[in-house]
Amino acid sequence: MELDKLPKPEEMQIDLTPPESGWMDTPVNMRDGTYSYPAAAKNLKILDMPNPREWSVTADDWKLPQNWQEIILEGFKERLEKYRSFKLFMDICVRCGACADKCHFFIGSGDPKNMPVLRAELLRSVYRKNFSTLGRMLGRFSGSRELTLPVLKEWFYYFFQCTECRRCSVYCPYGIDTAEVTMIGRELLNLVGLNINWVIEPVANCFRTGNHLGIPPHGLIDMWEFMVDDIEDITGIKVDLPVNKKGAEILFVTPSGDYFADPGTYTCMGYLMLFHELGLDYTWSTYASEGGNFGLFTSHEMIKRLNAKIYAEAKRLGVKWIIGGECGHMWRVMHQYMETMNGPADFLEEPVSPITGTKFENSKQTKMVHITEFTSDLIRNGKLKLDPSRNDRFRVTYHDSCNPARAAGLMEEPRYVLRNVVNNFFEMPENSIREHTYCCGGGAGLGNDENLDMRMRGGFPRANAVRHVRDKHDVNRLICMCAIDRATLTALMHYWAPDVEVGGIHELLANALIMEGEHERKLDLRGEPFSGEEEDEDV
Amino acid sequence: MYDKGKIIIGVIIFLALLLSPFLYQLGKPVTAPTLVLGTKEKQCVESLAFMKSSHMVLLDTWRDEVVREGKSLYVNSAGKPYNMSLQNTCMKCHTTKTQFCDRCHDYLDVAPNCWDCHIAPKEKEQQVARSVK
Amino acid sequence: MNAWFSVFTALVAVIALVLLAMLGVETIGLKSIFGVIIPYVAFVIFFVGVAYRIIGWAKVPVPFRIPTTGGQGKSLPWIKASYTDAPWTTLGVILRMALEVLLFRSLFRNTKAEVREGPRITYASAQWLWLAGILFHYSFLTIILRHARFFFENVPSFVEMLSSVDGFFQILVPTLFLSDLAFLAAVTYLFLRRVVLPQMRYISLPADYFPLFLIGGIGISGVLMRQVWKVDLLKVKELTMGWFTFHPVVPEGLGTIFYVHVFLVSCLLAYIPFSKIMHMGGVFLSPTRNLANVNRSERYVNPWNYPVKVHTYDEYEDEFREKMKEAGIPVDKE
Repeated sequence: MELDKLPKPEEMQIDLTPPESGWMDTPVNMRDGTYSYPAAAKNLKILDMPNPREWSVTADDWKLPQNWQEIILEGFKERLEKYRSFKLFMDICVRCGACADKCHFFIGSGDPKNMPVLRAELLRSVYRKNFSTLGRMLGRFSGSRELTLPVLKEWFYYFFQCTECRRCSVYCPYGIDTAEVTMIGRELLNLVGLNINWVIEPVANCFRTGNHLGIPPHGLIDMWEFMVDDIEDITGIKVDLPVNKKGAEILFVTPSGDYFADPGTYTCMGYLMLFHELGLDYTWSTYASEGGNFGLFTSHEMIKRLNAKIYAEAKRLGVKWIIGGECGHMWRVMHQYMETMNGPADFLEEPVSPITGTKFENSKQTKMVHITEFTSDLIRNGKLKLDPSRNDRFRVTYHDSCNPARAAGLMEEPRYVLRNVVNNFFEMPENSIREHTYCCGGGAGLGNDENLDMRMRGGFPRANAVRHVRDKHDVNRLICMCAIDRATLTALMHYWAPDVEVGGIHELLANALIMEGEHERKLDLRGEPFSGEEEDEDV
Repeated sequence: MYDKGKIIIGVIIFLALLLSPFLYQLGKPVTAPTLVLGTKEKQCVESLAFMKSSHMVLLDTWRDEVVREGKSLYVNSAGKPYNMSLQNTCMKCHTTKTQFCDRCHDYLDVAPNCWDCHIAPKEKEQQVARSVK
Repeated sequence: MNAWFSVFTALVAVIALVLLAMLGVETIGLKSIFGVIIPYVAFVIFFVGVAYRIIGWAKVPVPFRIPTTGGQGKSLPWIKASYTDAPWTTLGVILRMALEVLLFRSLFRNTKAEVREGPRITYASAQWLWLAGILFHYSFLTIILRHARFFFENVPSFVEMLSSVDGFFQILVPTLFLSDLAFLAAVTYLFLRRVVLPQMRYISLPADYFPLFLIGGIGISGVLMRQVWKVDLLKVKELTMGWFTFHPVVPEGLGTIFYVHVFLVSCLLAYIPFSKIMHMGGVFLSPTRNLANVNRSERYVNPWNYPVKVHTYDEYEDEFREKMKEAGIPVDKE
């Protein structure tokens, strides 16, 4: 699906009023543009995942194993015994409805099953039927129902229509986290071979080649060298490119999305320039060339399988600690899962900035520091020469990515960096930033093109806030700290708020960064003239 | 990670609160307070059952009628007239506040506002009433 | 399920319970069943059931530390972190939980989003649910505590104070308690929003209406007993103290309204362990709230962490060694 096939933004129909028929009696409608394509069998095979086959979402027969109900209920039971979160969230919801209009997919689509409460009820109804005595006895009166094929299809549709952004969990009086529910829901679907290719292919790629895009090591070198050449054109400086360098002090890991696709590449160039300017003893890795982790969108086991590479590579290269680049869900994994799953990383040292001597106390166990923590510390200590006026052409706003905001509490660091590298910074309305931030609409593996209609709808609340600052403050640059955002927000802006471009923090930082020995810089990283200088030429 | 210790402490506190009425009594039977009627009169102003559950309504009505409407005569359901007066009618029979009124009120935590205005009649023998406090 | 059908079913169920109590006491005269046996059974179900459910949750591990950060996390010393919304100390977590449990902090964040022409979204503050929730829970708590006068031979002094504050305005005789008013108003609001707001109507189950009606029924029967069909409180206390001393008695002359009230309360107690009302225990265990955001600074152990199949560097290099060498990337094995 392409953007021009969608109705015009002003013709997008959104009605939040639920339909007449009750939710249990409303079968799922697999409308084109609102679902993702199934995972290819070859990818499942690479990962030894169950039931590899070719199938179609719109077909009646999903080619499930004969005993699929048994498999799912068995998996359900197992997870109720492994995750208190899951068991609790099945039990304690009072359906107060506070979460209902907090979900970007509900606001954008009006589909009542996108209310977080109903998304969870899809599982809860089956839970009551099979794991609760009273539920079994009272049947539909208790809101319980059989696990049938139509129910399973609903699960597939709606658990792949949740981006695990955790916005609803901020408002829930019991902290019920739909991301937790969706993660388990997807795990259950995976047990019978129901997954989407846009998740499983990156996972399979990452497993084998170390990154989601499946770029082999020599391909990575090509891409990075290309960036090094571009940087030389722009600044006159040939920056270092240390790769798989044993004995380096720091391993740098960032999402592979920033290696090849604009505008992520500019952020990646920003890292290369910053590290070069600092003379940092660091290394890239081709084996751990992916910061992101689509395992998060598959299963807890898959998170661990992919994430294991990070510490393994840090150990092999003998680095002291790790810096992680701008990415959203990556930081959910690094912050909340990595150390528990693959730690303790006692072969690493507590991170200390070699430039400022600052100890990163908050990372002393995981030994992994967020790039904006690292950079804001540099700026705070006056270690960078910055000329924010180079970014004067940009009127900037900042989109908090869901996971850094709501899973790691990384809100101030990126803003601190931004305020030091641009002169025109405007916040979006309060209920759409920080812990209230809205998803881009394409997280958790849903940023694919076949799902474009739903992406534009899911991203609508975010776009609505951007349009607000665009109209009020002439904002023309939406900054984000996430590779998926950089891909999906670009399309979203194109649709809802044309003339707002998307970029990363370290792209703007590198624009403003005065590097030692640089020639007179006229162009920003995108090869476009800085403001003012263009006018000078005109005069 | 289970945090079992903390949870069990929480559960125990909750259950102890639930059981506190049982634990407080330890199975010791409670005898309801006995009231010193202070009279040989067989019949109160209204029926015994009504007086037990609703005397406060009657007194409230009396208060309003006497103070606000200047009436003084109450005719009960059996047609018998009474002077509407707490101190002169009620307390004529039920002479001791401490051994009649207070026993129930204290036992049931009732705080009537009769004595905000009225002065309780002096009692001849300040018998040690069933100690409540 | 049709929304009105849910309301209807739940209402019929509660009315049936009321009728059952009336029938049992008035017609068949089963006063000792409704006055003693059912309350005892209900209490045991409640007591055992709640403990069972909570211990059931406690037996399941929390494999990962997954707090929802509702504010800036602790990082560099000069960045102001949110002590209670992204806590990094035990005290911070306790405060966060206290705000959550005592003041419904998360619910207080509530906003209402509306999609208008354009399309564009507007937001409005929406604290009515929070207010009704606070009123409901605190008035319920006050009412329960006031009932302690029937549970202890010597009424604890805080109960006397509570009752006198609660009846501060001294309207009507016996004094109308503010908590009774607030309670009935809150229950009414919570019911009305479920049936009036289309989204709420859509998500509500009979299991949402039933406890509301049941609790409403308890409140109404209680107020009726206090204000209209008065009962002899001495006898009430005789009966309740009979429960707590294990010397059950059923005094003669207690009105049916009393048995209806006690029966509805018994039903609620017995229903709680099987229902969503368990949120009162569950909220304390919610892993997105009761864990500190110290994920990168302190170790967290998953008790069932197991080895998984990974793709090792050796396997990786074996596949790409020649290409890596060509590209000038160092390799482990030549």
